[in-house]
Amino acid sequence: MSASPILAVEHLIMRFGGIVAVNDLSFEAQRQQITALIGPNGAGKTTVFNCITGFYKPTSGVIRLIHVDDSQYQLQTLNDFKISKQAKVARTFQNIRLFPGMTALENLMVAQHNALMRASGFTFLGLLGVPSYKSAERRAIEAATFWLKRVGLLDRADEAAGNFAYGDQRRLEIARAMCTEPALLCLDEPAAGLNARESASLSELLLSIRADHGTSILLIEHDMSVVMEISDRVVVMDYGVKIAEGTPDAVRNDPKVIAAYLGADEEEAIAVMESGT
Amino acid sequence: MSAPLPVSTNESQPAGLAFIFKKAFLSALVALGLFSLMVGIRTEAGPTGQLVFWTRFNELAMLVSAVFIGSIAIELFRRWLGPRVRTAGLIPQPMQQGVTVAGRFLAPVLLVFTLLVPVIFYNQRYILDLGILVLTYVMLGWGLNVVVGLAGLLDLGYVAFYAVGAYSYGLLSTTFDLSFWVCLPLAGILAAFWGVLLGFPVLRLRGDYLAIVTLAFGEIIRLVILNWQSLTGGPNGISGIPRPSLFGIPLTPGPDGLAAKLGIPFSATHRIVFLFYLILALALLTNWVTIRLRRLPIGRAWEALREDEIACRALGINITTTKLTAFATGAMFGGFAGAFFATRQGFISPESFTFQESALVLAIVVLGGMGSQLGVALAALAMIGGFELFRSLETYRMLVFGLAMVLLMIWRPRGIIGHRAPTVFLKKAEAISSDLVKEGHG
Repeated sequence: MSASPILAVEHLIMRFGGIVAVNDLSFEAQRQQITALIGPNGAGKTTVFNCITGFYKPTSGVIRLIHVDDSQYQLQTLNDFKISKQAKVARTFQNIRLFPGMTALENLMVAQHNALMRASGFTFLGLLGVPSYKSAERRAIEAATFWLKRVGLLDRADEAAGNFAYGDQRRLEIARAMCTEPALLCLDEPAAGLNARESASLSELLLSIRADHGTSILLIEHDMSVVMEISDRVVVMDYGVKIAEGTPDAVRNDPKVIAAYLGADEEEAIAVMESGT
Repeated sequence: MSAPLPVSTNESQPAGLAFIFKKAFLSALVALGLFSLMVGIRTEAGPTGQLVFWTRFNELAMLVSAVFIGSIAIELFRRWLGPRVRTAGLIPQPMQQGVTVAGRFLAPVLLVFTLLVPVIFYNQRYILDLGILVLTYVMLGWGLNVVVGLAGLLDLGYVAFYAVGAYSYGLLSTTFDLSFWVCLPLAGILAAFWGVLLGFPVLRLRGDYLAIVTLAFGEIIRLVILNWQSLTGGPNGISGIPRPSLFGIPLTPGPDGLAAKLGIPFSATHRIVFLFYLILALALLTNWVTIRLRRLPIGRAWEALREDEIACRALGINITTTKLTAFATGAMFGGFAGAFFATRQGFISPESFTFQESALVLAIVVLGGMGSQLGVALAALAMIGGFELFRSLETYRMLVFGLAMVLLMIWRPRGIIGHRAPTVFLKKAEAISSDLVKEGHG
């Protein structure tokens, strides 16, 4: 596994008025690895995500995305839709954002919008029903079918996404993000609200995404069992700054991390962190 | 095996006559408060301009007692119906299935009937004119449906594009002597251009704010037309707009006319029939394009935009162009309809493009079920045709019509056809229930 970075966050600062949500944060996410961003509530993890995916413009700092062919994108300068379209960064949301009134299949078709737009000659050729668009659409349906099968929702492809159970919606959102063929997949608390069995299958899914598709993953997560099981590297934040970084084992035993999570009582903190494994 | 027990009625139903009378009394009290000023006192300007008023306590008493008795009657009727009956349960199962089966054939049957209208009602000018009017609104409804129904952008100024289309044709044909078939695409393009122009400032607006700006836009266009005397003729409008020709052959009594060329006696009805098929063709074109667009990436992006704008951005969809194309497409169809309106009337003035029209078209879209093509067509038929149907009621027409609309919206809050049909499917296209489909935030 090559150890070249795919994402480099350098001196990122995000201020909202007088509040400094992220203060001089620097970290790297390695290619084809799973990097976890953890920290107590309000540590600024989602703000970092929103800066990376273009929903916030950082006050200062540089976010570089490096593709395999060494082409670089300065994410803080791109419009949000271009971050997905050109830099190939996909994300999911903490509070699931599917298109509830559209079917699972349609959700995945919308994710392939840019490829299909090109194939449809920006609508004009598609309107005439040219064969090249039809074959492109067929390929898009195949890709969607592949991902539906992958997340185990194939037999519910024609059901409205809003009807799905919570865990299924989470998996569908990941499938939808993967349909954009991302280089970096950002997941905001993918295991939130999942039961133990669903978390386990999520871990499996994420590991297979990394192994089979070469997609690098950056995730925010509170479920320590998921974080410790699948992460190659963990970055810990508290009050907008990075307090620790390293392998899951190293981070778990870091007294600063334990203190951040549970105050000063280290005994108790160690117990909680251990139980997570 | 036991039959399912009826839901216990005792809990939800407060017992006794006292309740009924109390309710009726309260209703009567409210009615008294409302009507004492509206009906009880009648005011008028006297001969010298002073205020004259007199009381009408008899009428007031009759109204209040009508409310009192009506309230009792309704409550008794409710008791008689038994435990809370949900509207879904009112229609028995086999009949519901019948309705769905009928629904499948409704659109083709309606289309065939529409095609045959000029044949069946050839001698009834009134019905043909009404048919043309209904079809014009069907087309406007379908056009607005792209913006409101699919993209979820509430547009209260749709009439602006209708006006742009009508004035484009009116001005181009009277000034440059261009034929209808040349002007039609031009009118569409110009309207689409104005759609984009409206789209730019409202890109960042949502919901109520978007509605207000579009409303203002509609008024601005109307006021510009009204005041730009030198170009548009101001309140006098444009008259003498040429009638459409059948690919260059005019529908006139002269030797060059269509009737003479075909060797049949001339009749004024020919033109009406021609106009009927013209607007039908335009409306069907709108429908065809919209149905196709829905299945293309742009159409899916519109619907996705209505469902969740932030998710769209995260998926790399350019919100700006997606919104602008929705505005432009809707506006283009409005422009086509406007050009048709101008050629049918032969005369246009700003009076035809008031907010009332925007509201009517929007009501058609909402009543029909946002996003549903068949629903919009049915709603246009009900709104325009139904309005004519109540003509015999004279003054009470608006009242009955309003009541019908209120009842319909209570019965079907998401429009006549509220569910959504998926644009692509693997095995089976299942209708998506209206409570999952978002109405859009704009």
